[in-house]
Amino acid sequence: MINFDVVQISRAQFGLTALYHFLFVPLTIGMSIMLGIMETIYVMTDKKIWRDMTKFWGTLFGINFAMGVATGITMEFQFGTNWAYYSHYVGDVFGVPLAIEGLMAFFLEGTFIGLFFFGWDKLSKAQHLIVTWLVALGSNLSALWILIANGWMQHPVGAAFNFQTMRMEVTDFAAVLFNPVAQAKFVHTVSAGYVTGSLFILSISAFYLLRNRNVELAKRSMAVAAAFGLASALSVVVLGDESGYLANSHQRMKIAAIEGMWETEPAPAGFNIIGFPDQNAHVTRGTLKIPYALGLIATRSLNTPVLGINDLVKLTEADIAKGIQAYGALQILTTNPKDADSLATLNQYSGYLGYGLLLKRYTEKVTDATPEQIQSAAWDTVPKVSLLFWSFRMMVACGFFFIALFLTAVVLTSRQRINQRWFLWIAFLSFPLPWLAAELGWVVAEVGRQPWVIEGMLPTFLGVSSTSLSDVYTSIAGFILLYSSLAVVEVFLMVKYIRLGPEYMQNTQGMKL
Amino acid sequence: MNLPIDYVTLRVIWWVLLGLLLIGFAVMDGFDLGIGILLHRVARTNEERRVVLNTVGPVWEGNQIWLVLGGGAIFAAWPEIYAVSFSGFYFAILLVLLALILRPVGFKYRSKIDNTMWRSVWDFCLFVSGFVPALVFGIAVGNVLEGVPFHYDETLRSFYSGTFWGLLNPFAILCGLVSVAMLAMHGAAFLTIKTTDIIQQRARTYVRLFACITIVLFSVAGAWVAMRLAGYVSTDTLVLDAPSNPLHKTVVLQVGAWLLNYSRYPLTMAAPLCGYLGAIFTILLAGLRLPKLTWLMSAISIAGIITTVGISMFPFILPSSTDPNSSLLVWDASSSHLTLLIMLIATMIFLPLIIVYTSWVYYVLRGKVTSSYINQNQNSLY
Repeated sequence: MINFDVVQISRAQFGLTALYHFLFVPLTIGMSIMLGIMETIYVMTDKKIWRDMTKFWGTLFGINFAMGVATGITMEFQFGTNWAYYSHYVGDVFGVPLAIEGLMAFFLEGTFIGLFFFGWDKLSKAQHLIVTWLVALGSNLSALWILIANGWMQHPVGAAFNFQTMRMEVTDFAAVLFNPVAQAKFVHTVSAGYVTGSLFILSISAFYLLRNRNVELAKRSMAVAAAFGLASALSVVVLGDESGYLANSHQRMKIAAIEGMWETEPAPAGFNIIGFPDQNAHVTRGTLKIPYALGLIATRSLNTPVLGINDLVKLTEADIAKGIQAYGALQILTTNPKDADSLATLNQYSGYLGYGLLLKRYTEKVTDATPEQIQSAAWDTVPKVSLLFWSFRMMVACGFFFIALFLTAVVLTSRQRINQRWFLWIAFLSFPLPWLAAELGWVVAEVGRQPWVIEGMLPTFLGVSSTSLSDVYTSIAGFILLYSSLAVVEVFLMVKYIRLGPEYMQNTQGMKL
Repeated sequence: MNLPIDYVTLRVIWWVLLGLLLIGFAVMDGFDLGIGILLHRVARTNEERRVVLNTVGPVWEGNQIWLVLGGGAIFAAWPEIYAVSFSGFYFAILLVLLALILRPVGFKYRSKIDNTMWRSVWDFCLFVSGFVPALVFGIAVGNVLEGVPFHYDETLRSFYSGTFWGLLNPFAILCGLVSVAMLAMHGAAFLTIKTTDIIQQRARTYVRLFACITIVLFSVAGAWVAMRLAGYVSTDTLVLDAPSNPLHKTVVLQVGAWLLNYSRYPLTMAAPLCGYLGAIFTILLAGLRLPKLTWLMSAISIAGIITTVGISMFPFILPSSTDPNSSLLVWDASSSHLTLLIMLIATMIFLPLIIVYTSWVYYVLRGKVTSSYINQNQNSLY
């Protein structure tokens, strides 16, 4: 009944458009704050160069911001177009943070971004500064709400299944709001955004210094980027670690997969720096371990074991058995809502209903599943181990590199020796790394959640719309075509304006390009 | 659970808010779209086009959030409507998305390079990004009035059995044209406020032209609904506060059913009346050269037309043509009681705030956009 090709292409489309959207988001989050910092310095010191800096970096920010908004609408609408059953099943919970995001955050940044660009001559210095900070506040609040939504997908608290409406409904909104997973993700993600913003400015400033132009502006920009970047890089690593700890409490399979750990390790577990996971043979070969590290990250202790994939799968088989009970009771309740026995069974096992739904891949009826089918369904809960293993390690390597890079920048700046060419080259060439790290982080979080779209509640394949395969092929082709063309234009303009530099912006009389 | 507002009242409030958000989108983002539609008509030279684009340059991003909020609010308050309509109108939504993406890049990139070819390509993109969403949203509303071919299975998975080409039937296209005409009227009305001289004169002509077209097309659509179109009626006594499940009722089709509310509650006639009077006053006030009042009247006309659609269908929101019993009603397609309450509280806190700061932004940006302003800020403006 479910067309698995439609599921695959819909997932590919969502993944591509999300990764594309996420090219613009971290930079918006980070740069908005840095613009606020630069303009604050301008208002406090009254030195015109800080105003020029705000305007110049603001131009690049604007090109990026517009794309972020446009590609964001695609994300919001795609839940409905391609994931209709998901929207039906969790809209009651998931839709709320999305709507509040619009009310609280998007309106703020969308309304004031216009004044940021067009209000320099129409506002007092203090008023304009407030406008800039409101844009930054809006960008950062939007991250908060989307991560409350995403945190709920990873750790669905404060909601329960209602058999009368066949969907999840909010029971405790405070729990959804103060979901610990969402909070950790929020700080981790905005910190990643700050790193992106800092490295963007650091890298382009390094380019100017290498060319020996706009030296005053570039040096000051570098100083701001170095300090802010170092704080953010430390925060992104520490809060990433907090995410890891929480994941072990709520998504143990994700941690085991990231680690490529098939067998449960005696406490305290070691951490594999390198290894080659083999999904079919259920082993990870050629591992190089740091002793104790995983135990500390995942359990904050030296005596709690971290469960391996094989044991987790065995536990899942038991969950599926309970899920079958829940599904059977639900079937009876659909025809006879008054059946007291079934109601009691469903209430007892409703937390496992999602595990029953995993069997829909093998049998429409669910309750007639054979032991082999249950075993297959349990093994379906193992995500793509190699992808997670390597994505995670590359992301973490980037994180430690950022700390080293910004630390060096801070030291060189404070000694007035930022003009070291070797460093400028490293800073310039590091330009793409924050995006790489951010995209990999998204992969770890979302691929690591598979096969669930809502962890433990709704398998991804059930969330899909009843669209035809040709519809989805057409739309993915449309997105790829348009997004690729726009990416070319975007990069072309960015490079052009970086080359033109700040002197162009100060020229109000117009200049032939 | 004991909540301070009962479920039925909350459902009605959220039906009203759904209408308000759609009106907010049409009124606030509508003039941006309208200006896109009219770009080539009201502005011929590059300088004129820059004047026109910069009238909305600082505000279009904020205005577009009405669409984002509309999407989010439907998702949260009417998840069944969101799921069925967005997946059913798959290509229509795709067209809107692709067209809307051209807008930010059109605005941002157009004037960054001084090349005639480059600029005319982006001007065309801006036209498309105004015209296509206006037309498609109208066509979607037309299809909703006719009923949409969808049904459910017992797990409440929805299936859409229509095609994209099926959306393009005569009545729906008529509704699409009403939408294009009223937004073009609204965009032109905004231009009469923000521009001077030749552009203002052209805009004034287009305000009156499109207000006339709006009146004519709205009347034709009304007559069609009264005489030809089958509306939907629920034949059971509905339980208004039951859990949202659209499978527990009987619905029949009946020509003229979409007019029943007007005879039952004559006060509701105010909605179509606003649609007409707003447009008529738009014509008169444009002639009297009172641009701000012209824009206000045009906004009232749009609000009246959208409200007319809502009231005609109440309590239906999304009727099903192939399985009328699966139609989505105010009483069986909403979120849970608690979610509607949370959403109402959030809206009551933030919507007034949004209105206050948006008004302040428009106040700061008051005044005309002229060619000398463009020439003084060649490099920083759109």
